[in-house]
Amino acid sequence: MSESVHTLAAMPTERRPGCPFDPPKELIEAREQSPLSRFTFADGHQGWVITGFDLIRQVMADPRFSSRKEFMSHHPTIDYSGYEVPPAPPGEFLLMDDPQHSRYRKPLVGKFTVRRMRLLTERIEQVTAEHLDAMEKAGPSTDLVTAFAKPIPAIVICELLGVPYEDRGRFQENIDKFLGGETSDEELIAAYTATQEYLAELVAAKRASPTDDVLSDLTDSDLTDEELRGMALILLAAGFDTTANMIGLGTFALLQNPEQLAALRSEPELADRAIEELLRYLSVAKTFMRSALEDVEVGGQTIKAGTMVILSMNTANRDPERFPNPHVLDLDRQDGGHLAFGHGIHQCLGQQLARVELRVALPALFRRFPTLRLAVPAEEVAVRPEMADIYGVKSLPVTWDA
Amino acid sequence: MKVTVDTERCIGSGMCVYSSEEVFDQDDDGTSIVLRPEPPAELWDAVRRAVDRCPASAIKATP
Ligand code: HEM
Ligand code: SF4
Repeated sequence: MSESVHTLAAMPTERRPGCPFDPPKELIEAREQSPLSRFTFADGHQGWVITGFDLIRQVMADPRFSSRKEFMSHHPTIDYSGYEVPPAPPGEFLLMDDPQHSRYRKPLVGKFTVRRMRLLTERIEQVTAEHLDAMEKAGPSTDLVTAFAKPIPAIVICELLGVPYEDRGRFQENIDKFLGGETSDEELIAAYTATQEYLAELVAAKRASPTDDVLSDLTDSDLTDEELRGMALILLAAGFDTTANMIGLGTFALLQNPEQLAALRSEPELADRAIEELLRYLSVAKTFMRSALEDVEVGGQTIKAGTMVILSMNTANRDPERFPNPHVLDLDRQDGGHLAFGHGIHQCLGQQLARVELRVALPALFRRFPTLRLAVPAEEVAVRPEMADIYGVKSLPVTWDA
Repeated sequence: MKVTVDTERCIGSGMCVYSSEEVFDQDDDGTSIVLRPEPPAELWDAVRRAVDRCPASAIKATP
């Protein structure tokens, strides 16, 4: 059965020069060969990489594939031999299976519904306008990441959770370190410890004097302080980095596709579809992993119990069987669906918030600065390394006619 | 067309509401509610989209 299975020799470490939005060519070629490929992890573990849209959906929807942290004991590029991966700390439900996972997710879903997130539109518009005002006042040129892409989602998630925005200096940099893919182990441990200390104080403060926010609401339950800390960490990390990278990279992609940007400008009603297409095309949350709890048939192959699979979400979001002309950014693309927020029980809890943020921020930016353009040649825009869990631009120097 | 949601499976992603606010809503706990169990034909495409997108395969639409 396994004679002619495609093998991916190594996880690529770079994208093609001049193609900062496309998955590395090795992954695109792997998908052309087969929706799943054999892959040997750094410690010699024989696992799989999935690049096909349908197969990733199948795996993410199947409870026989686990997200539990302690089962992620092999890494694609780092040899973990002799190191036992501990289970996820209480509350960090991204890396748990049901029923533990739903203990934490359940009390949160009602706070992130489509309706509730749309109620935030006005506030997000206000925050966006304030940042555009500040950019305009300071004049050209600026780094769009620090002036715009990062602060807007950060302020919104802080307000929603009830984290004083002034406190962000105590954890934002540390959270950046978890996700930026360029941090040494010692730095990571220090960043994690400092963040835990901050969150412990925060949870204690919410218990002592609850305010009108998600974290305070959660103190009125049987969740322990330790669990609340874990939940807050997941929410802050997810809320800080992902949307910020979508705004930064999305701006870059629109500036590189001027005819698409022009269409978005002339037809504001395109915006909802345009945001879905940018989510698909950019897939900033690009790689996830699962571990098989039993033998499972996937795409005609048996994935053996205890075997790990790498899910290449950004490659699957370019699957030609699902999307015609997959490598083209087509803001008017109809009905594609996409995996940018995942699938199955872990599908992004904050997706409706992210949609509102993107829907407000990107069109407002281009309305305010019709002449917005890169201030450096496109090749000089620094992107995150492929190792990073979340892809994006490190900075985006832009300018405009004042 | 008849639309039902298995609320035990639903994980509250809101994808159905995002696909069609005429047919779906979410309750205070984020669980999906079917507003129009027998939607008119002009909403069938949106319902099919919701069935395809639902991350928990919780929505059934029978002809
Ligand atoms: C454009 C922005 C975003 C993208 C692309 C994104 C992507 C994702 C993806 C792919 C997953 C699934 C992970 C897995 O299956 O292992 C996920 C989970 C999650 N996201 Fe997002 N996300 C975004 C914004 C947000 C925001 C703003 C929040 C803030 C509340 C958030 C909170 C979460 C949480 C809590 C989970 C874990 C859900 C669970 O395990 O049940 N995300 N996200
Ligand atoms: S799309 Fe599915 S999981 Fe999401 S709210 Fe609707 S029924 Fe529930």
